[in-house]
Amino acid sequence: MKLIKAIIRPEKLNDVLKALYQAEVRGLTVSRVQGHGGETEAVETYRGMSVKMALVEKVVIEIGVSEPFVDAAVKAVMNAARTGEVGDGKIFVLPIDAVHRIRTAEKDVAAVTPVAS
Amino acid sequence: MAHTIRLGRAGAGLMPLLSGAIRLALSGLLLLATPGFAFAQEAAAISGGDTAWMLISTALVLLMTAGLAFFYGGLVSSKNVLNTMMMSFIAFGFSGVLWALVGYSLAFGAGNAFVGDFSMALLGGVGTEPSGTIPHMLFMAYQGAFAIITAALISGAIIGRMKFGAYVTFISIWGLVVYAPVAHWVWNTGGWLFGLSALDFAGGAVVHVNAGAGALAAALVLGPRTDYGRQAMLPHNVPFVLLGAGLLWFGWMGFNGGSALAANELAALGVVNTLFAPAATLVVWSLLDVMFAKHITAVGAATGIVVGLVAVTPAAGFVSPMSAMAIGAIAAFPSYFIIRWRARSGLDDSLDVFAAHGVGGFTGAILTGVFATTALNAAGQDGLLYGNPRQVLIQFIAVGAVFVYSGVMTAVILKVVQAVAGLRPESDAERRGMDVLAHGEEGYATGDGAVLILHEELNGNAAK
Repeated sequence: MKLIKAIIRPEKLNDVLKALYQAEVRGLTVSRVQGHGGETEAVETYRGMSVKMALVEKVVIEIGVSEPFVDAAVKAVMNAARTGEVGDGKIFVLPIDAVHRIRTAEKDVAAVTPVAS
Repeated sequence: MAHTIRLGRAGAGLMPLLSGAIRLALSGLLLLATPGFAFAQEAAAISGGDTAWMLISTALVLLMTAGLAFFYGGLVSSKNVLNTMMMSFIAFGFSGVLWALVGYSLAFGAGNAFVGDFSMALLGGVGTEPSGTIPHMLFMAYQGAFAIITAALISGAIIGRMKFGAYVTFISIWGLVVYAPVAHWVWNTGGWLFGLSALDFAGGAVVHVNAGAGALAAALVLGPRTDYGRQAMLPHNVPFVLLGAGLLWFGWMGFNGGSALAANELAALGVVNTLFAPAATLVVWSLLDVMFAKHITAVGAATGIVVGLVAVTPAAGFVSPMSAMAIGAIAAFPSYFIIRWRARSGLDDSLDVFAAHGVGGFTGAILTGVFATTALNAAGQDGLLYGNPRQVLIQFIAVGAVFVYSGVMTAVILKVVQAVAGLRPESDAERRGMDVLAHGEEGYATGDGAVLILHEELNGNAAK
């Protein structure tokens, strides 16, 4: 089991969600965050006052997956989120000690396996 | 001068009824000599059309203060939005009540050349009898809406760093000690600037130079915000700024158009000029923005509109629409560059009240002395372009006197309030934001983690 944590451009979120769906990866959490990578800082002007926007809007997607889905999920995010410009983001793959599904108290792989519908 | 109660109708010089005008002027003279208004009631009749327009204009001017609250509220950070908007809204209460109690009498009572008297205190003698061609109390209410917004205008200079009680005390005193006398100088037939034939159709000097000078003095006395010049302080809601500018423009139709005090040619002239002068300012402001900010900014557009409205205010009923556009276009330059300079200076006139209203009002008042023509308003004066260069000097004296008086008196009032109650909260409180500190509220509370305090608990804590 791994936790995949991908930081992506907000405008790429829908593409990434679609790619993950097509890769049959289910169960994820999305947060809006601000961050700073290596991108050029945008300059904004308010009544003669110029400001450099040092933080950029990003989206973090967190997905808990069982081993067979790790590569598929990473590939899906990688392809869908890439523009080739600086600021496309990062994908972190982290080990997980344990996963519990709150509703059923299932553990680990059972807890990250989608419910059969 | 168009506000002048007794000459308001007679001042509508295009009126063919010359005899009527003379009769009105005579009744005005009688009014000056007598404490009551018995003579006036017989001399003039109320016009339904004029009254309808002034009823609407009063409501329009009242809406401007709400528009100003949005204009200012959008320009500040979210932690100060309620405090900033309340500084405008509270003026409805305190400035409004004081206007009825004594302000109106101090501004429009006969008095002497410098201030009115208490003859109409508590609205004594202010009934439904005609003043010009509208009910006297309607004139009083219309003027009251001006007193309210003028006080509220100053707040843009001191946002995010003034105790609310001190602010309320300040604008209450200011309305009586600064606004009422200055309105008397310019708009009362006995006022000394009225006597000089200074032209101020709807309040370029009385409202805008007055508030601009007060704002400059207030910013200097209070000093800058703790983090001013160290941290970027951005507008938290630019759509609010545009909404506010739109509401101000809408209300300004009654501000300038209503200053004719009648539904006549001058009201039409005022409304038309109020449409086209800010339009011209917006065009020039946009071009300046392209040159200096690389984009046509939304905050810039809203600011340009307000500057244009301010600049045309003294001129609205004295100049042609083409002249109004020239005034609007020219007025963009000084205000634009003073805002640019101010943003880089140590002067924390936070929302540029001085640059927009003080400088815009100054430019407009001087240019009124250039473009005014008696061909459009016989009760006015010819300006420089119509062979009367002296009018420019008179305009300069008028705005200069208002500027100095307002600046000095504002500083004096604030120093007194400072000595008695203090003006600024602790700097830590200022960093947390004035909304929670001064009002115990947040503008954008999420409710997350908000746990209801039960009454028993509250009483128990109070007892400890």
